[in-house]
Amino acid sequence: MAYKNEAQVFPSSINTLTIGIGDKAIAFGGENVLPLYTFDAPIEHRPKIGVAISDMGYIKGVPGIEKFYAGAENVIEMAKLAANMPGADFLVLCLDSANPNNGDKSIEECVDLVKKVLEAVDIPVAVEGCKNIEKDSRLLEKVAEAAQEGSDKNILILSAHEENYKAVATAAALAYGQNVTAESAVDINLAKQLNVLINVLGISPEKMMMNLGSAAAGYGFEYIASTIERVKMAALAQDDAMLKMPIITPVSSETWAVKESLASQEDYPEWGSAEARGVNMEVSTAAACLAAGSNAVILAHPDSVKTISELIDNLM
Amino acid sequence: MALKGLDIFKLTPKTNCKDCGSATCMAFSMKVAQGAVELSKCPHLSEEALAALGDATAPPMAKIALCTTCNMALGGETVLFRHEKTFVSKNLYAVSVCADCFDEKITEIKKIDYDRLGERMYVELLNLRYDRHEDKSADGKSYIELVKRSVDHNRAIILECDDPSVARAALEVCAQSQGTEPKAILNGANAENYDAMSKLATEFDAVLGVSGKNLNELYDTVSALEKLGNKNLVLDVGCVSVKDAFAGAVQIRRAALKDKNRTFGYPTLVNVGKLAPDNEYMQTALASVFTLKYGSIIVMENMTYPQALPLYGLRQNIFTDPQKPMKVEPGIYPLNGADENSICVTTVDFALTYFVVTGELERSGVPMNLLISDAGGFSVLTAWAAGKLSASSLAKFIKEHDVESKIKNRTLFIPGKVAVLKGEIEEALPGWTIIVAPGEAIESVKFFKELKV
Repeated sequence: MAYKNEAQVFPSSINTLTIGIGDKAIAFGGENVLPLYTFDAPIEHRPKIGVAISDMGYIKGVPGIEKFYAGAENVIEMAKLAANMPGADFLVLCLDSANPNNGDKSIEECVDLVKKVLEAVDIPVAVEGCKNIEKDSRLLEKVAEAAQEGSDKNILILSAHEENYKAVATAAALAYGQNVTAESAVDINLAKQLNVLINVLGISPEKMMMNLGSAAAGYGFEYIASTIERVKMAALAQDDAMLKMPIITPVSSETWAVKESLASQEDYPEWGSAEARGVNMEVSTAAACLAAGSNAVILAHPDSVKTISELIDNLM
Repeated sequence: MALKGLDIFKLTPKTNCKDCGSATCMAFSMKVAQGAVELSKCPHLSEEALAALGDATAPPMAKIALCTTCNMALGGETVLFRHEKTFVSKNLYAVSVCADCFDEKITEIKKIDYDRLGERMYVELLNLRYDRHEDKSADGKSYIELVKRSVDHNRAIILECDDPSVARAALEVCAQSQGTEPKAILNGANAENYDAMSKLATEFDAVLGVSGKNLNELYDTVSALEKLGNKNLVLDVGCVSVKDAFAGAVQIRRAALKDKNRTFGYPTLVNVGKLAPDNEYMQTALASVFTLKYGSIIVMENMTYPQALPLYGLRQNIFTDPQKPMKVEPGIYPLNGADENSICVTTVDFALTYFVVTGELERSGVPMNLLISDAGGFSVLTAWAAGKLSASSLAKFIKEHDVESKIKNRTLFIPGKVAVLKGEIEEALPGWTIIVAPGEAIESVKFFKELKV
């Protein structure tokens, strides 16, 4: 008896979400097969890579990153460089300096920067808040407003949490027509609950992405992998409309903050180059996220972006 | 045909003798039905019962033991996703060595040998490739020399060799040096030579690696090998392209576990070194993908420390038992060059908490003694709720680990999440100053940096 592949093509599919405008727009999701299973059915929208830059500058002390941004005198110039990074699909601007414990920059200043960055780059943009629940609920509203003004930039807002989803999601998706990410803490039930709550506000699931949490390889990554895998299964096999949003996973913010990436070579001579450790950590975590089911990963180092982009090319 | 536990139970002796390791015959039968235990664990089954049950209860994927003493095994999986049930055998890593690069590589390979949460992290196998066209000695002599140099390094050997006469000489070297354990893997059977290779592998008790031009050919060759009675196999997913290798690894595992197609019920081998030659980062990316998706042996060109750190960490995560929390050993962990005069900080033994907390504490640069007490492997709040983290558990730890004679400092920082315990701990530990640290690890960098004690 000859072998025949029993293709697993599901009757339902992941939602498709488009960000950006014109011929530079990109789409996430849409697949009706398990992650990267192109041998079961074609995957129309390949997983995407977002390049993260912070309004406080790039990650310091990593030669490859410093070299890439050499000469950029401000965040707008950095954004232009990041947008042209080989393999980059979209730009992620993190407004870290708005955090009350980290500079407490005013909302006006932040929004002004967002406007300038949106004008400066032509690839799609995601804007992330400062991870302070209270500040973000005010900040992200103004960011969404700025993105709609003039010619609508159709951006992605990160993120609406359990504590501030009403303000963030309503402003981003209802009032100003942008797209919103629902962020929950590594649990399929919490993820679904937040999606339902946001949906009750009148926001279409088609305007949403999910961030199910993130961790670096070795740091409880099994929770991330299993949550993503379970959510994908629920979306595809059980047609759960409240779990069918494409998944976005920040990787660099985790992987460049662990000891494996931070420890200096002087302290750990046998570990070898700190930069090689950081890139391997970022690449390994991102590849594992894609294998689990992320539709987009957020990265920082040019070598990681290049490698993961080629990995996706090879698998599609 | 899948059998129900009850069908199996009817054929057991029903004596509840426990010789199989299960509490009752019924419990044993249920486990066999799930594929969790092999029928052969029961020594009292009659010939007729074995014949009746044999094929129907065989696990969907063969488990291939490479080394019983060093606990190295491949396959034996019963589920496709780790949230369904625990994965059984973690993937193993091999590095390719060659005659010209042997000394350099073996030195690098041996540098990777460390403990992470009680698990030894090292390169378990060496992959030795024989290429007739590159064979300068033309009779395999240089390859046999390479085998001789490789067998002395406490690593299992993969002989990537499809020439039966060279393979025989190589297997003889392995048998002489390593005996029967760990078993060698003879990766060289294909549609043309499988008969001869299978005989060789059987003679030397080696695991046979099988490859094919595509999945259909691989499937047919495996069927033919099974007809010859060889079920000690590893399936090479090939190196035509990344896409094909990934499709192969997924389809082989899925056919075995989801579609109950036993012909593909074997562990796989993926050579990411060949899929992305000279590209360290891409090999790391591919090894990570195949850790999640069904590579049993992953062959790399190299294993540098920067690659090992994420890859072994990822593997440890993916192959943990979802029902068993990862724990660190209770004890005193000096951080940032702490000595007996440095402050004490405590948290629970849940591995994730430990890693996150030590990472942040190390970033603070403040010398401190981290006291990890036995909290059942729970996180701070769960341990507290379960009574595993309390004033008395901390007092017991400090007594049992003789903390007061090892450390002179009497300031102890407790997790912010259990600030409520401060009063009780002060009572339980006379002479100590108890201070509440922040509730989130990330806030502790600033907290300890600005601390004046």
